[in-house]
Amino acid sequence: MQGFWAVLKRELKGYFATPVAYVFLVIFLFFAGYLPFRDGFFEIRQADLRLFFTNLPLLFVFMVPSAAMRLWAEERKSGSIELLLTLPITVPQAVLGKFFAAWAFLGIALLLTFPLPAVVVYLGDPDMGQIVTGYLGSFLMAGGFLAIGSFFSALTKNQVISFTLSVVACAVLVFAGNPTTLNYLAESISPSIVGVVETMSFQTHFESMMRGVVEFKDVAYFGILIAAWVYACTLILEERKAN
Amino acid sequence: MIEVQNLRRCFGPVVAVDDISFTAGKGDVLGFLGPNGAGKSTAMKMLACFLSPDGGTASICGHDIITDPVGVRRCLGYLAENAPAYHEMTVAGFLGFVCDARQIKGAARKQVVERILSMCSIESVYHQTIETLSKGYRRRVGLAQALIHDPQVLILDEPTDGLDPNQKHEVRQLINRMAQEKCIIISTHILEEVEQVCNRTIIIARGKILVDSTPAKLSEEHGCSLNEVFRKITTTRKSA
Repeated sequence: MQGFWAVLKRELKGYFATPVAYVFLVIFLFFAGYLPFRDGFFEIRQADLRLFFTNLPLLFVFMVPSAAMRLWAEERKSGSIELLLTLPITVPQAVLGKFFAAWAFLGIALLLTFPLPAVVVYLGDPDMGQIVTGYLGSFLMAGGFLAIGSFFSALTKNQVISFTLSVVACAVLVFAGNPTTLNYLAESISPSIVGVVETMSFQTHFESMMRGVVEFKDVAYFGILIAAWVYACTLILEERKAN
Repeated sequence: MIEVQNLRRCFGPVVAVDDISFTAGKGDVLGFLGPNGAGKSTAMKMLACFLSPDGGTASICGHDIITDPVGVRRCLGYLAENAPAYHEMTVAGFLGFVCDARQIKGAARKQVVERILSMCSIESVYHQTIETLSKGYRRRVGLAQALIHDPQVLILDEPTDGLDPNQKHEVRQLINRMAQEKCIIISTHILEEVEQVCNRTIIIARGKILVDSTPAKLSEEHGCSLNEVFRKITTTRKSA
């Protein structure tokens, strides 16, 4: 366990020791703040963060892989993975340490959007439950994308390839739940399979959390997704660490 | 302290390490010699539990590299080729991370860090980022990381590569000072280093051990300098 904490501490400190974190935060916060207003936050005349949360999946599809791409690709390229994995730390401890550090960083990014809920609370009387579950869903979704990103980061030494593959994988999982996609699929595939595709999408599970409902199946979806991709990342790393 | 039995590793069709066996005990400074691509680094990576062997096994201080890799890494200090480190960290932060990972805390950590700073002569760069350090200093930081927990066994992959003559001399002095209490394996291309520092020599080529002897015996047997012994053995036995 000590190894896990050592890696987590180092990673989190490392984010803020370079411009990486600050550039990421500025860009993320800018778009997270701008998009709701562009989509008509004032025109709707409702004190809720629905527009903020609706834009998050697409924003995450691009932003989270950019945070995840350096997780393992950089270590393998610079050779520091040989240092890390010859300390008395197991591969699972190292993978989990890095994953949770990156997830904590994304959590910090989400927390820094606090001016938006503050504004909404000031302007009206929002449903705080919806806002809290919305943030919870966003945090879980960020974790899901991060798990996918860390797998692709372990797969290749090239950060650009890792980024591109992660974006594609995350986009597929988000758009699979799009009504347009589902209607298109319904034309050629049986409704039960379309139903399965719908439950495999991020969008579906995130939307129910956005509406203020925390169901076990949604939390379980994210939990299983994260566990599976992180496990896959561990396997891939064991195999490829020395190449 | 180190027992290697029939260690074997392939990368696809290439056999990098082909059934090597040897032992080493306390007070041994074992010099791994061999042409490039001989399998020295691969063997060392397997002993440090970074690579898993395809066949055979080894044990370091009683810990098996296959069943107890964490135990091995705890009693081992390993310096990889190119002395990898986290370049955006300062030397202080980096050594702090290594202490965290090796569970050295509080007053013990202060003591250990002070000792290692003077041992490796890195006091002057303690607060600098590793990115800004010269090659020589980076290697010394790598050495510090390998020595910080006072391991019984040291595996150093080309520890003086790229250092200037003075720095080479210092590192060799350091190894000589530690030699009595520890078991050290170093890989090197510098034959005079083997003569100065090592009490045993293993010559590897194409994954196989060709010779397991001492520098003095080798020079005596072949009646020429170690340089020529090396050339003789690795070129004539190529076809074997």
